[in-house]
Amino acid sequence: MKKNIMHIQNNYFAHRIRERWRQLWQYGDGLYRFLILAACLLVLLLVFAIGYELWQNSALSRHAFGWKFIYTSDWDPALTNTFGALPYIWGTFLTSFIALIVAIPLGLGTAIFIAELAPDWIKQPVGFLVELLAAIPSVVFGLWGLFAYIPVFIRPTSEFLNKSLGFLPLFAGPVFGPSRLAAGLLLAIMVFPTITAVSRDVFQAIPNAQREASLALGATHWEMISQVLVPYGMSGLLGAIILGLGRALGETIAVTMVIGNNLDLSASLLHPGYTMASIIANEFTEATFDLYLHALIEIGLILFIITLIINIIARLLIWRVSSRTRMEARV
Amino acid sequence: MNTSKYMSGNRQVRRKFINTFMLTMTIVSTVIVVIPLLWILGYVTQQGLPAINLAFFTELPTPVGVTGGGVLNAIIGSLMTVGLGACIAAPIGILAGFYAAANPNTTLGLLIRFGTDVISGVPSIVMGIFAYTIIVLPQRHFSAYSGGIVLSFIMLPIIVRTTEEMLKLVPDTLREASLALGAAEWKTSLSVVLPAAFNGVLTGLMLAIARAAGEAAPMLFTAFGNPFMNTDFNQPVSTLPHMIYVYAVSPYADWHAKAWATALLLIVLVFISNILARLTVWWRVRQLGSVTR
Repeated sequence: MKKNIMHIQNNYFAHRIRERWRQLWQYGDGLYRFLILAACLLVLLLVFAIGYELWQNSALSRHAFGWKFIYTSDWDPALTNTFGALPYIWGTFLTSFIALIVAIPLGLGTAIFIAELAPDWIKQPVGFLVELLAAIPSVVFGLWGLFAYIPVFIRPTSEFLNKSLGFLPLFAGPVFGPSRLAAGLLLAIMVFPTITAVSRDVFQAIPNAQREASLALGATHWEMISQVLVPYGMSGLLGAIILGLGRALGETIAVTMVIGNNLDLSASLLHPGYTMASIIANEFTEATFDLYLHALIEIGLILFIITLIINIIARLLIWRVSSRTRMEARV
Repeated sequence: MNTSKYMSGNRQVRRKFINTFMLTMTIVSTVIVVIPLLWILGYVTQQGLPAINLAFFTELPTPVGVTGGGVLNAIIGSLMTVGLGACIAAPIGILAGFYAAANPNTTLGLLIRFGTDVISGVPSIVMGIFAYTIIVLPQRHFSAYSGGIVLSFIMLPIIVRTTEEMLKLVPDTLREASLALGAAEWKTSLSVVLPAAFNGVLTGLMLAIARAAGEAAPMLFTAFGNPFMNTDFNQPVSTLPHMIYVYAVSPYADWHAKAWATALLLIVLVFISNILARLTVWWRVRQLGSVTR
């Protein structure tokens, strides 16, 4: 008797499910859901596909050099066929570091001005200008950097630094126009909109109760910003900075145009150098044999892994602050 | 304990001074930051404008040393690659955007938002290597196809995210009204939600196109460049940003002038799409705000 009831129930549920599927497909919803799901998976697949392809196509170089690839600095495709990426990794981090040192205070300052101080009629246009700066193609930055920024600003600055601080290896001469400093300072302009836009959003997401409480306790405007808002949004601001770092590390064409592309191992910022992205841009189509090509792809793989990790960290930090403020705003 | 210390005027003065100083510094930093933008715009316009004429748009590049000529091949090449990229990225991106907007709190919904954010941070040159390994290497030659496909990877995250944001702006009441009338889910999405958010979705597409149109790095080893006219997708083509790069690093003054003119063309394109995008978003938010009210 009990078995019978269960049988009927099972039958009933099976019928309901079948009916539901029939409806789904008859009215096209099944196809629709399948399509949007497939599109989603395709997008996510892209990340894995990139990693897989780069890994596969750098096999020769990975097997030939192993970890040595990262910490040796021979790059000789002509005679000995040995490849080491250290100068490029060093160049990438050095230029990005210069960019961040300049862009962090300016970016945060501008974000504070836009989010906290400016009246609406200034806020809108300045925010828009920052967006425009972000939209300029990187090749135009490179062109401008090569013909205007370097001769007008970088060269005099370099000469001044060399004259006043030339005893430091960091500012050793001779002064070239295209240099690591030029690349770093151009990158500063390019990452600045990222830092500003994200940290502005972070500031704007902070609940007003925080501001009111600190002002009511007698804090000045700046004390409110530096002692309440900045600690409150710290993880988001860090995220903004790391996001900017990610952009600086991967920037290619503008850097290639102003860094001088010279395998220079000195510590001087005023000498031309190379970055990971610019060696790929310069030599990829000239790679005449497979090991050479694989070495360049391995540099791409390193760049991919670094930017992937950096972006994941940055996004997690930014998400943390936005979900936290959403929860507290509800209370 | 030592309350008098906190009441003393000296400290007040110092706090006020720091306050004024730091707030002024934020204004100074804003000014410093706006300078390069104006400098770039002014300089590109000043250098590029004289070289722009009818021939610039309608003629092919002349050999070195012969003045005149234009960048018609690069304009066609850019249209081909960006067009192909948009044709691939738009349907996939918009569909994925629909999923992300409809399932904001499911695992996959979060993952797709996170994933697109991460993809947009992958350097374009790495995207270029990826396209090189999957298309150029097996084919053994450079092609406009491969250029278009790289650009679609670059456009994809932008399209997904703007579509999602724009769909979220559509009030739920519209969606519910359509479903309550018995329309199927896809019918609701296609003929109610999408038209309501159409301008916004189009804006996202336009921003993605503007971004892709300015990409030079991945073009170096996919579309590769071609000084001649070519409309075959299976052959290499020049694109505008790639042309700027090649002309800028060349030693010829005439080519530099062409590079500036091309840069001006790109900037105008990018700015128009950004300004339109801004206006559209502003207009949508205002309009939908009044609907929900």
